[in-house]
Amino acid sequence: MTCLPKNPTEKKLGLVIDLDICVGCHACAVNCKEWNTAGKSAPLTDYDPYGKKPDGVWFNRIHTYETDDGQGNGTTVHFPRSCLHCEDAPCVTVCPTGASYKRTEDGIVLVNEDICIGCKLCSWACPYGAREYDEAEGVMKKCTLCVDKIYNENLPETSRVPACVSTCPAGARSFGDLGDPDSEVSKLVAARGGVELMPEQGTKPVNRYLPPRPRKKGEEGKAPRMLNHSDDSADGAGLIARWVDKILS
Amino acid sequence: MGLNPFETVKEEVGLSPKVSDEVKTSTCYMCACRCGIKVHLKNGQIRYIEGNPDHPVNKGVLCAKGSSGIMHQYAPAKLTKPLLRTGERGSGEFKEIEWDEALELATEWLGDVRQRDPGKLAFFTGRDQSQSLTGWWATKFGTHNFAAHGGFCSVNMAGGGLYTLGGAFWEFGEPDFERTKYMMMFGVADDHDSNPIKLGLGNLKSRGDAKFVSVNPIRTGYSAIADEWVGIRPGTDGLFIFALIHELLRAEKIDFASLARYSNAPWLVIREEGAADNGLFLRNEDGHPLVWDLASGGPVSGMAAEFSPAFAGEREVLGRTVVPSFQILAERYMSAEFSPEAVAETTGIPAEVTRRIAAEIAEAAFEQEVVIDQPWTDAWGRKHEKMIGRPVAFHAMRGISAHSNGFHTCRAIHILQALIGSVDTPGGWRYKPPFPKPAPPGIKPAFPKAEAATPLDGPPLGFPRSPDDLVVDQHGDPLRIDKAYSWEYPLALHGMMHMVLHNAAKQDPYGIDVLFMFMANMAWNSSMNIPETLGYFTKKDENGEYVIPKIIYSDAFWSETVPYCDLILPDTTYLERHDAISMLDRPISTAHGAGDSIRQPVIEPDRDVRPFQTVLLDLGARLGLPGMVNEDGSPKYPGGYADYIVNHERSPGIGPLAGWRGTDGEKEGVGEVNPNQLERYIENGCFWSQDLPHSAQYFKHSNREYLDHAVKMGWIGHADPITFHLYNEDLQRFRLAAQGHGEKQPPEQHRTRIETYFDPLPIWYQPFLEAEEGGDEFPVHALSQRPMHMYHSWGSQNAWLRQITSANKLHVHHKLAAKHDLKDDDYVWIQNSRGRVKAQVKLVDGVNENVVWTWNAIGKRKGAWGLDKDSPETTKAFLLNHIITEQLAPGADGHAYSNSDPVTGQAAWYDLRVQLQKCAPEDATEEGARFAPLPDRTSKVVNKGRYGAQLTGEDTGGAAPLREFIGQRSANASAIPGIRPGRGNQVEEDA
Repeated sequence: MTCLPKNPTEKKLGLVIDLDICVGCHACAVNCKEWNTAGKSAPLTDYDPYGKKPDGVWFNRIHTYETDDGQGNGTTVHFPRSCLHCEDAPCVTVCPTGASYKRTEDGIVLVNEDICIGCKLCSWACPYGAREYDEAEGVMKKCTLCVDKIYNENLPETSRVPACVSTCPAGARSFGDLGDPDSEVSKLVAARGGVELMPEQGTKPVNRYLPPRPRKKGEEGKAPRMLNHSDDSADGAGLIARWVDKILS
Repeated sequence: MGLNPFETVKEEVGLSPKVSDEVKTSTCYMCACRCGIKVHLKNGQIRYIEGNPDHPVNKGVLCAKGSSGIMHQYAPAKLTKPLLRTGERGSGEFKEIEWDEALELATEWLGDVRQRDPGKLAFFTGRDQSQSLTGWWATKFGTHNFAAHGGFCSVNMAGGGLYTLGGAFWEFGEPDFERTKYMMMFGVADDHDSNPIKLGLGNLKSRGDAKFVSVNPIRTGYSAIADEWVGIRPGTDGLFIFALIHELLRAEKIDFASLARYSNAPWLVIREEGAADNGLFLRNEDGHPLVWDLASGGPVSGMAAEFSPAFAGEREVLGRTVVPSFQILAERYMSAEFSPEAVAETTGIPAEVTRRIAAEIAEAAFEQEVVIDQPWTDAWGRKHEKMIGRPVAFHAMRGISAHSNGFHTCRAIHILQALIGSVDTPGGWRYKPPFPKPAPPGIKPAFPKAEAATPLDGPPLGFPRSPDDLVVDQHGDPLRIDKAYSWEYPLALHGMMHMVLHNAAKQDPYGIDVLFMFMANMAWNSSMNIPETLGYFTKKDENGEYVIPKIIYSDAFWSETVPYCDLILPDTTYLERHDAISMLDRPISTAHGAGDSIRQPVIEPDRDVRPFQTVLLDLGARLGLPGMVNEDGSPKYPGGYADYIVNHERSPGIGPLAGWRGTDGEKEGVGEVNPNQLERYIENGCFWSQDLPHSAQYFKHSNREYLDHAVKMGWIGHADPITFHLYNEDLQRFRLAAQGHGEKQPPEQHRTRIETYFDPLPIWYQPFLEAEEGGDEFPVHALSQRPMHMYHSWGSQNAWLRQITSANKLHVHHKLAAKHDLKDDDYVWIQNSRGRVKAQVKLVDGVNENVVWTWNAIGKRKGAWGLDKDSPETTKAFLLNHIITEQLAPGADGHAYSNSDPVTGQAAWYDLRVQLQKCAPEDATEEGARFAPLPDRTSKVVNKGRYGAQLTGEDTGGAAPLREFIGQRSANASAIPGIRPGRGNQVEEDA
C-alpha cells in the first residue's frame, strides 16, 4: 500500500559480503549495534540484558551453518544477515501507513518510526527476516545502511561507511553503488560471481554475497602428490652417508 | 505530517547528526590484542568506539569484543569500593571500607611478611599487561614467588620458540601474510592476535595465490575458511610435524645454505656415550662451537663468516668423537617410526595427506621463492643484492600449547620452519622487535634470599640454561611456591599460577603468609579442578585459621574469585586509566618495526575505585620499596602509574615507553625522561611506531643493519647474529645431570623424568593424563575454546555479547552421537574418574570423530558477574574445568606431578579424556546448582536496555560525498582489474 520509487533508483547503495573470508566473528553485528543504538533508530533496545532471556534489537545477525559441497566434503559457512535494500521491497509495499519506504536518492530502505504503527506486516512480508521489531517501543526497526554515518560531515572520511564495513576484521565487507556497473563493488561482484539471495522471491535485492572460492585441496596444485625420496635405505642411512663429504650449501 | 495511507510520506533523515563532543584515542583491552581505538564521547558518556585507522595493530578494524566496550564500561558487575571480608571465605560477606584503611591494612600485611621473609608473599597476576611493572615490584619487594597466568596459557609456545629461534608466535612474531604462499595454522581457535590474523587471512585469501591449511580437531572460525582442514587427533601434532620433516629430509627439500649460515645444524656435537660432555657442542678455546669445513678439510669456528660445513659424518676432532648436530636430527626424523604411514593411525591423518602436504610445503618454499629487489648486508658484512624468501609461514597457539607434550611440539614447528629456510624471510614467519633475542634470552631467574626486607638481585622470571640456574635448595627441592624452575618443571618460564592455590593450601613445599592476586579468576574458569580449588581457598588448620592466612585481590568486577579473598582493591576499567603497552613487556610491534602504546583515561570513574598499577606503586611507597621512594622516604611516583610511565628508568635512558624520549622528545628507544611524553603519545593517537628501513625488515637474526639498530635501541645486548638452535644444548645439560654428571643432581625420584623429557631434539609422547586414563574407558577427547566474540575477554558477561552466547552445548560428531543414541538437545554426562558435568548436545560434522568440544568460560556461578540468578550462564552453561585435574595420579613413590608439561610446567588442560553417557530421563533437565549461589554484591546501576537513546545527535546539515569501500582493497586490487589499491575507502592514487 506504500509506493516504491516510481523508477528504479539511480543509485543502489548496498553491501557486498565475502563468504570466502567471513570467519563468523560477530564484529559487524556488535559494531552495528553500537553505532545504531544512538543513531537514527535509537535505541536498539536490549531486553533483559542481565537476565534469563538476553535478547534485543540487532540489525545484523550472524549465522553459522554446516553444509556439504555435494561430494561429501563438509564445510562450515558463516553467514551475516541484514537488510538487502531490495529494489522491489515487499516490506515497503505492504506497509499500511507509509512508514516503510525506499529512498529515491540512494535506494536505502528505511522506516519512519514516527508513523510506524507496529503492525509487523513488513516483517511478515520480508523473506529474509531482516526486520527487527522493538518490543519496548512498539515500532519496527531495521538496517539503515548507516544513513546517518555514510554522509556524515562530522566524521572523518575513513569513518563514512557503514559500521559493519569499517569494523570487519577480515575485510569481508564492501560498500558502494551496485547500480553503477563501473563501480568497484560492481567489478568485485562480477569478478567473484556474486549472487543475490533468494532471487526467486522477486525482491531484487541490492546486496550481494560472494560465494566461497573453490578450496585448494591439493588436486589442482602445481605440487606433486608426494616428494621423491632421494634414497630409500632404512632410516635414511644411505642419505646420511652421502651427505658426509658433500658440500650442501 | 499527514497520515494519508495512499501516498508515501517523506521522512527528513538527518544525514550529518553531531556524533560526539570529543574523540579520544586509547588502546583496547577487551582482550589481549592491544588494538588502537577512537572513543567518541558525548555528555561525558561513550557514544561509539571504533578502530583507529592509523594504528599498526588493527588498521581501523575492531572486533566484537572491542565494539562492546560500552557495555563493559556500564556493566552492573563493577566493584564500587574497597571491601574487607567479614564472614567466612566464600560467604561473600564484606564491609565496605575507605581506601586509606584498605591501603593501611595491605601495607601492614605486606610489611609484616617482608620483615619476616619476603618470599612468603606469593604475588600472582592474571591477564596482566603490566608485567614489567609487577615483576619489578616483586623484585624490589624481594619475593621470587611472582608470575602472571602464562603458565596456564601459552608458555609452551613462548618457551618452544624462545629456546629455538629466539622468538615465538603472537607477541614475538607474525606470519608474512601479504607475501606468503602457504600458510599453516596449528591448534588456533581465535587468538591473542585476533584482528591481525583476520586481516592477514583475509588478505592472503583475497590475493588468491596462496593456500591456507588449518590443522585443528575442530572446524570453526579460521578452520572454516581454510582451503584444507586437517582434523587431527588432539595432542598428536608433534607426530604430524615429524612426518612432514621425515618427508622433507628424505627428499632433501632442505635449505642447507640457510642452515649453514643461520643455525647450529652444522655445529659438531660430542658423541661419546657416558662422557660428562656427551651431547654438548665441541668448542674451541674461545668457547666457539666448531664446524667441520669441507673446503679446508678441518674444523673452523661456527662463528666464522665463510665455511662449507659438513652436515653429516662422524669425525675425530681435537681428540673427540663428534658429528654435526644435523646428523642426529636427520637420524631421528628419517627413522621409520616417523614415516607418514607410521604416524597415520595415531594422528588420524592419512599418509597420503601428510605426503601431499609435505610436497606442497616443498613446492611453495623452493619453487615459489619470493624475491624482493632490496639489497641488504648480513651480520658478517656480506652484501646481498636481493631478499629471497621461502614463502611458507606457520602460526600455532593454544591447541599445541595446552598439552603436556606441547613444548616439544612447538619446538618441532619452529625447527620445520628453519629446515626449509623460511624464518624471517619474505613470505615466512617473521620476528617482531624487540625480537629476535639470543635463544634463549640471557636473563636468569633470581634466587630467593630469605632475608628480611631485601630485594632480589634480578627479576623472578628468566631463562635457565643449565641445572645451575634452577631455583632449588641444597636437596634439589623446589624453592618457589608453584615449583617453577624446580627439577619437576625446570623451564617454567612463566611460573605455574595454576598450582599456587593447591600448593599453598597443602603447604607443599611450604606455607605462605599472603597471597596477592590481580585480574585472575582462580575460583572459576582460570583454574583446573574448581571444586577442590575452592577448598584450597577455604582450608583451615587445626587452630581454625586459614592455611593461606591472607588473600589480597584486585579486580574491577564481582567475579567468582572476589568472595574468596580477604581484602579487595577495586580496579578501574581500561577506559578509566593510564597504561603502558611497553617494549619492556609485550609491545604492539609488527614485523615491519617496533611500536608501543598507552591507554589514557577517556572517562571518569563514577565509583570509589583506583587503577591497580597506581595502587601497587602506592603500596610500594608505603612499604618503602627501593625505587619507589625518594631518599627522604616520600613517594617517588606521587602521580601514580602515569607518573611512573613517564619518569621511571629501568636502566639509564630506558623506560616504559620508547617513543619521544629525551628532553625535547626527539629520541627513540634510549633517551632522557621527557616530561611531555604522554602528551606526545596522545597527539599521535596513543601509540608510537617506528618502521624499519626496508633493508632491515627481513633476516633480522642476521641482518647487520637490524642488529646494530636493535643494540642502539636497547633491545639486545650485543649485535652478534642470532643462531637458530635446532639441537638444544641447554636441554642436554639437564639430561646429563640426570645421567649423573655434574654437581647439581636431580633428586632420585625425578631423575628418569628429566632424562626422558630433556631431549635436545623434539620428541613425542602420549599426553600424561591421556596415558593415565585415556584408554578404552575414557576414549573421547574433550576440548574447549572461546568463541571469537569472547576470546580472552575479561569482565562482566557483556550485555551485548551474551545476547550472542549465554549458554554452551557439547558439540559431538554425528557418528559419535549415533554410538550413544544422542540427538540434538539431548542431555549427556561428560565424565571421567574425577567427576562429571552435564551438557546438552549439538550434533556437528566439523570435528574429529574422537573429539567433543564446547565454548569455554560461558558458565558462571550464580550470584557472580551481576547476572540474574536464572541466567542461562548459571542454569544451562557448563565448564569442563570442573573435571580437569590439576594433578596427575601419584606414582609408585607416592609423588604426584602437576598435570603440566614436564619441561615448562604449562597447564595441560587440553589433555582431557572423557566418556559420554546419555542422561537417564530423570536426569535430562537443567542441572540443579552445582555450587551454592554467591550473594550478589553488584551495584545494579545498569542501563535499562535503552542505552544510546540519550546520545543521539542533532543534524548539523550537509551531506558528504559518498566513497566506495572495498574490503581487502589492495589484495583484491592485485587480483581483480578495475579495483584500485589502497585501504577501505582510501585509494592509493589519491594520496
